[in-house]
Amino acid sequence: MQAITGFCWLPALFLQAAPERLLHLSSVDIAIVAIYFLAVLGIGFYLKSYTKTGEDFFMAGREMTAWVAGLSFLAANLGSLELMGWAGNAYQYGILAAHWYWVGAIPAMLFLAIVMIPFYYISKTHSVPGYLKLRFGEPARALSAISFGFMTVLMSGINMYAMAVVLKVVLGWDIYFSIWVSSITVALYVTLGGLLSAIFNEVLQFVLIWLGALLISIIGLIEAGGWSGMVARIHTNFPSQDFTHLWSTLGSFQDNPMGINWVGIVFGLGAVISMGYWTTDFLVVQRVISAKDLRSAKLAPLIGAAFKMCVPFIVILPGLLGLAMLDTPGHHFLVAGNVAAAALEKGQVLHSYDEVLPIMLARYCGPGLMGLGITALIAGFMSGMAGNVSAFATVWTYDIYRAMIRKDATDQHYVTMGRWCTIGGVLVSIGTAYLALHSNSIMDYVQELFSFFIAPLFGTVLLGMLWKRATGPGGFWGLLCGTGSAIGMWAWVRSNPAASQYIALSPYAKPQAENMFRALWSAMVCVLVTVVVSLLTKPRSDKELVGLVYGCTEIPSEGHLPLWQRPIFWAGVVAAAFVVIQIIFW
Amino acid sequence: MISIWFFIGLLLLIYGVLILGSGIYEYYNPPAVQTVVLSDLHAAIWWGALLLALGVIYITKFRPGRNG
Repeated sequence: MQAITGFCWLPALFLQAAPERLLHLSSVDIAIVAIYFLAVLGIGFYLKSYTKTGEDFFMAGREMTAWVAGLSFLAANLGSLELMGWAGNAYQYGILAAHWYWVGAIPAMLFLAIVMIPFYYISKTHSVPGYLKLRFGEPARALSAISFGFMTVLMSGINMYAMAVVLKVVLGWDIYFSIWVSSITVALYVTLGGLLSAIFNEVLQFVLIWLGALLISIIGLIEAGGWSGMVARIHTNFPSQDFTHLWSTLGSFQDNPMGINWVGIVFGLGAVISMGYWTTDFLVVQRVISAKDLRSAKLAPLIGAAFKMCVPFIVILPGLLGLAMLDTPGHHFLVAGNVAAAALEKGQVLHSYDEVLPIMLARYCGPGLMGLGITALIAGFMSGMAGNVSAFATVWTYDIYRAMIRKDATDQHYVTMGRWCTIGGVLVSIGTAYLALHSNSIMDYVQELFSFFIAPLFGTVLLGMLWKRATGPGGFWGLLCGTGSAIGMWAWVRSNPAASQYIALSPYAKPQAENMFRALWSAMVCVLVTVVVSLLTKPRSDKELVGLVYGCTEIPSEGHLPLWQRPIFWAGVVAAAFVVIQIIFW
Repeated sequence: MISIWFFIGLLLLIYGVLILGSGIYEYYNPPAVQTVVLSDLHAAIWWGALLLALGVIYITKFRPGRNG
């Protein structure tokens, strides 16, 4: 959930300059990073000859296996600043940060696989705005496509800038050098091979992220004396705070370091934000609908969910290990970003929460392994950026250019447009990165704005798929009012911080709680307006809704398959594992 | 089309050789000041060997011309 999660920690990182590099690379480390760049470019050049038609370029030919689509689905999300940001959050908030990987992801992925994918797949749409066009008509598609396209390239640029800052802080690399090298690399391999190249590289990046980051947790646990040893050390360091329980501290806002309660986590995060992101953000949905058949498309999110449940092992655990091994009784080794920045002005070097992952990397990894760890970070950044750019190219070409500017061009023309659009998207992203360089507040605003579109869009798509009485005007006005209400609530709190207590229903609520409740209200506004307007307008006939809505669409039966080949069986397995994990870490 | 798993195997093979080689070199030429915690585990050697083994397996299983 890069757009949603990023803003909670990014300002801290951006406040910092780079007094000195955190890590030093040996020649073998540099060789490992250089070989990675050559590999992703080589794959792009190799796949160019396989992307000739629009279906090839924008939908990877709809030939991906469940494994490739599933890993790419997850890698597109793992990208950006996910790794460092959530490791920093785990250091700050403890295991509560894992909610964004478990209740904030798994139920939504299962829902996508079992309930929503059949409609995306059977309708043969090429995008989420494309589905809205089929279901609600052109106005809903236009609103969704323009907001998605606009925000996606802005987000891509901001993430690119964030990556450059990280590389400057961690390695001492020049910001402009990092921005241009990484963006040109991504632009080249996506322009050459389209979604196919993006997906193939995302699978490669997924493997590298795991192999590069896994060792930190393994050696860290050895040093801490296993899980129980780590927990004992954290309790010794901070006896008055609970960093190691997932649910038992969520009874009230005051009982946990995140300042949130279970209502915000379950309903705001689990039922709205996470559902909205994983089921309607085209960045991730695009990977799933590129699968070769409906069964593979349903299995892909399930494979992604199984791995997503394990990601805390490489992201959250290093943060917890930092609490155990870096800290001393009653004293945090790392500080908030603004504290580090203030100290720097006085010539004192302090490290911020968000640097916990590279600090743990330097603690456990020598030459060679250090290069692999840095490659994992860079791979994460690039997979997220490629995901944004490839999704933008599809939405721009099919949902904006073809729908509003040139409706009857040849397939080859749209492929060419997609390639130019990829380059254009990267250039706009670079422009945004330069803008962020001069105004950190713009970066914060865009990150939050992006999250506003997610929750209402989920309400619109869900009603569209499950309620055949929903009409075109209902879908459009619901989406517009839901988004407008989210922006209104955000502006209200910006102008009057005390308003946060009315949105999050508690004077003790912290920003994270406000985000969750704002999403909840905006989704409810969207649903309410959609229902009211739909009931006041004329519905479409059942015949027009075939392939788009539950009750009007025949979903192919899987009854003839052995149990272990059915997606519903694996959804049950993942759900059971999810419940067991919640109980273990309760 | 060559399988993506073949490319992954190739990259892991190269990384395995580099990291294993680096680990062996450091084993015989330890730095004067050791900054890595638990350096006596020689993680680069066994992690490099693991990458190398995975690389060989993937390259063999997904090499061009062999069905899956």
